[in-house]
Amino acid sequence: MIRVENIYKSFAGRTVLSNISATFEPGKTNLIIGKSGSGKTVLLKSIVGLHDIDSGEIWYGDVLFSELDFRKKKEIRKEMGMLFQGSALFDSLTVEENVMFPLDMFSDKSKEEKLDRVNFCLNRVNIINSNHLFPSELSGGMKKRVAIARAIALNPRYLFCDEPNSGLDPKTAIVIDELIKEITEEFNMTTIVNTHDMNSVMENGEKIIFIDEGEKCWEGNKHEILESDNIKLNDFVFANSLARKLKETR
Amino acid sequence: MFKFLSLFGKYWTLLGKVFSKPEKGKVYYRQTVKELISLGLRSTGIVIIISFFMGAVLTLQTAYNTENPIYPTYLIGLTCRDSILLEFSSTIVALILAGKVGSNIASEIGTMRVTEQIDALELMGVNSASYLILPKVIATLVFNPFLTLISIITGIVGGGLAGTSAGVITMKDYIYGIQYAFIPYYITYAIIKTLVFAFIITTVSSFEGYYVEGGSLEVGRASTKAVVYSSVTILLANLILTQLLLS
Repeated sequence: MIRVENIYKSFAGRTVLSNISATFEPGKTNLIIGKSGSGKTVLLKSIVGLHDIDSGEIWYGDVLFSELDFRKKKEIRKEMGMLFQGSALFDSLTVEENVMFPLDMFSDKSKEEKLDRVNFCLNRVNIINSNHLFPSELSGGMKKRVAIARAIALNPRYLFCDEPNSGLDPKTAIVIDELIKEITEEFNMTTIVNTHDMNSVMENGEKIIFIDEGEKCWEGNKHEILESDNIKLNDFVFANSLARKLKETR
Repeated sequence: MFKFLSLFGKYWTLLGKVFSKPEKGKVYYRQTVKELISLGLRSTGIVIIISFFMGAVLTLQTAYNTENPIYPTYLIGLTCRDSILLEFSSTIVALILAGKVGSNIASEIGTMRVTEQIDALELMGVNSASYLILPKVIATLVFNPFLTLISIITGIVGGGLAGTSAGVITMKDYIYGIQYAFIPYYITYAIIKTLVFAFIITTVSSFEGYYVEGGSLEVGRASTKAVVYSSVTILLANLILTQLLLS
């Protein structure tokens, strides 16, 4: 379980996150939703420690992560996997080397054992016969799947996904959403997904936090989101005319 | 002034991260071998071409500017040798490498920064500064002295061939000139300078790439800044080293 309490973060005097508190549960796909520029990515990067917060607390289980020094944070980070918005695969490494990278760095397995694990992870995300391709030779959807394979290579307890559907067609986006959900349940991970894709919200939103202008405005699940009378949330959820018409017919 | 001091502090902080204990020696070793090929071996061609022609031009320039019966012709070989040993093969080659290797390093690391690859490394618990920069520093420190030696040999050979082909000196006089009053310490001097310049090129360019913010435009700017700042630092270091090592 991950818990954040009263997080504040600002850049050059501009407040980006203000008094955010939330709990993210294991075995569930926890979503952070909001408009572009609302502070979702900053919140996610603060949770994983890529941004230092100005004040507040971030807990991983019963460990106060935000107060740890670099070395101790590294130990927790070995239990994290992250899917970045642009996949962030290492350009100079092949698919196989990308997935093997965390194993090379942090495991003492033999070459054969590492290769087995790589193939297992790649098969799990349905990437077959592409071990020796470079990221530049992959499609957007394949890159995301390889990035998921790399993220799960070390059997992480925590999975973070920043806009996993960005730049993907709706069908591929659903495939990625389903994959994240399946992996979360299969490995009982605490997964946090940043998204503004309403398809993802309605499919995977077991727990949803809505952020607007750096503040948490609403919390609930995919069933409650349609019934909410929160004006800001409704502006976001029913932004397009089709969604508005659907709401009117309900 | 405050901005300069702040950047200087940031540079040394980065170096502190670079020279911390590597996570896994084997992975760093593999990375260093890759960098030896990419930054060292792949620079050999340009060093050979430039050194050969510079040696040739040096010989011809010296010959045409010392056309006087008072000067013995072997002085052409001696002048060419000392110019190559003292300045050309260490400083000028370093300036050329600042352009080739420096921009390569800054754009590679800068692109990794803006595409979140560095964030990915940090998130895995890898010391990204050390993993990305240390192998490059080691590779250039190991390989650049060889590049300097290659440059010295090629420059002297180029000078000899150009001088004899143009008929300004005989090969016998040229060889006598390059052996005359030879001071072996000059080679040590050239190697010391090369090591310092290699460190400057790699760390300054890595620094520019590592702290890029923005997109491709900023990566391009960082690449240009890497070349300019490393070149200026090399010239400044050259002045100090010359005074320290030859006085």
